[in-house]
Amino acid sequence: MALYSEKVMEHFRNPQNVGSIEDADGIGEVGNAACGDIMRVYLKIEDDIISDVKFETFGCGSAIASSSMATQMIKGKPLCEAEQLTNQAVAEALDGLPAHKLHCSVLAQEAVRAAVKDYYGKRGQKDGKIQV
Amino acid sequence: MIYADHAATTKMSRTAMDAMRLCMEETWGNPSSLHDVGQKAALALWSARERIAACIGACPEEIYFTSGGTEADNWAILSAAHEGAKKGKRHIVSTAFEHHAVLNCLQKLEKQGFEVELLDVHESGTVSWRQVAGAIRADTCLVTVMYANNEIGSILPVERIGAVCREKKVVFHTDAVQAAGYLPIAVGAQNIDMLSLSGHKFHGPKGIGVLYAGKGIVPEPLLAGGAQERGRRAGTENVPAAMGMAAALEEVCASMEVNRKKLVSLRDRLIAGLSAIPHAALNGERSNRLPGNVSFCFEGVEGESLLLLLDGRGICASSGSACTSGSLKPSHVLLAIGRSPEVAHGSLRLTLDAENTQEEVAEICRAVSESVERLRAMSPLWKDKVSGKKPFVL
Repeated sequence: MALYSEKVMEHFRNPQNVGSIEDADGIGEVGNAACGDIMRVYLKIEDDIISDVKFETFGCGSAIASSSMATQMIKGKPLCEAEQLTNQAVAEALDGLPAHKLHCSVLAQEAVRAAVKDYYGKRGQKDGKIQV
Repeated sequence: MIYADHAATTKMSRTAMDAMRLCMEETWGNPSSLHDVGQKAALALWSARERIAACIGACPEEIYFTSGGTEADNWAILSAAHEGAKKGKRHIVSTAFEHHAVLNCLQKLEKQGFEVELLDVHESGTVSWRQVAGAIRADTCLVTVMYANNEIGSILPVERIGAVCREKKVVFHTDAVQAAGYLPIAVGAQNIDMLSLSGHKFHGPKGIGVLYAGKGIVPEPLLAGGAQERGRRAGTENVPAAMGMAAALEEVCASMEVNRKKLVSLRDRLIAGLSAIPHAALNGERSNRLPGNVSFCFEGVEGESLLLLLDGRGICASSGSACTSGSLKPSHVLLAIGRSPEVAHGSLRLTLDAENTQEEVAEICRAVSESVERLRAMSPLWKDKVSGKKPFVL
């Protein structure tokens, strides 16, 4: 389908980091079923580094591809980088998304940030830099 | 490749293509020209008109060629509304799950001061003649109810509704775009005043449709220009497309009964196969539906991703999910039959044709089942339902 770039289709067909982490250090969930997309991101953190990340997504092709790309972009990276992940960066890495699908990349950004926030919350830390 | 999206469009039949090519080679003139070349085209156009009229039990003078189903719907509705307004009648009765060509046209009229009443179509996806009778008022100028729904394939009792409209002297229009070629049409016996057809839904060409308007109903011109279509629709007629549409319609009408039997068997096998998937439900009733229509909702998955997976396996289908429409809301048809937005997002429409085979149906069942399973395995919504955190709906 020409609606999506080859990159989107690649990540949709073979999504990376699908699944959950039993003893996750941070979990973020955004979206709702009535709107047609839910993303859940699981983080495993070691020394402020994202040592593992998994996602589960209910949503359209670009929602699944955005989740896959976003998790790939933050895996092995310091937490502070994950906090800075933007939806534009996700969309660009996917070689662009159709205008009416950009909200999928926004959801991916929000899911990652929610998971980081959850991690800090669990650790009892407050971090003013987080904007969710 | 398995094409199971015949409600979207159909491949042109060889007969239609041959009719068009012949017309382009031999009767390519302008039907308005007085010379021989033009008059040959005029004769060809008239023959297309006669043949289409014969297929729906109309007279050729009652057939107006349009650019497609959308124009025919708009034309019928606007004409009847404006005619009604002249007599102070500004009330229109329709249903909640009409095609957008009807609904958006009605919305436009609402802004102009018309009152539109959309009847509830219930879980079954149909309205009764009693509902229509109950909605008609002294100032009702039009009842427009589709013959068969484009998404869930439910068939509406147009003959009875038409009878009610006749009795109450209200103009009755039906959008028969999805029904043509699959269900019999007899405008007289079915009490239909106006009816819309689209050529490409029954193996004819795209870009052509027909508005049938019975004698006594004069459609108001939408376009200003020449005197084509008896002064009602300006613009040089698309003669090759009219010839292609006539040939295609004749062909499907001639084989309607044979095709229906074959299609019902394919459809029912597909419904049985997909019903085996847990937490899945058929949209609309099992038997009161177009012979080739199968529409399902699968809980915990989103329709667009399901379509993409099927497309990857060479299966062409359609969905009423918001993501396939470019809007944020799922199909108004599925919401109208009482599906929740969550469930409506997980819809799949498969529309078969006589060219489909039992082997293809078996392959579709396998592919849908595996794709739904694959998407559910990564769906947090499905996971929450399985673990009991959220309830199952289907």
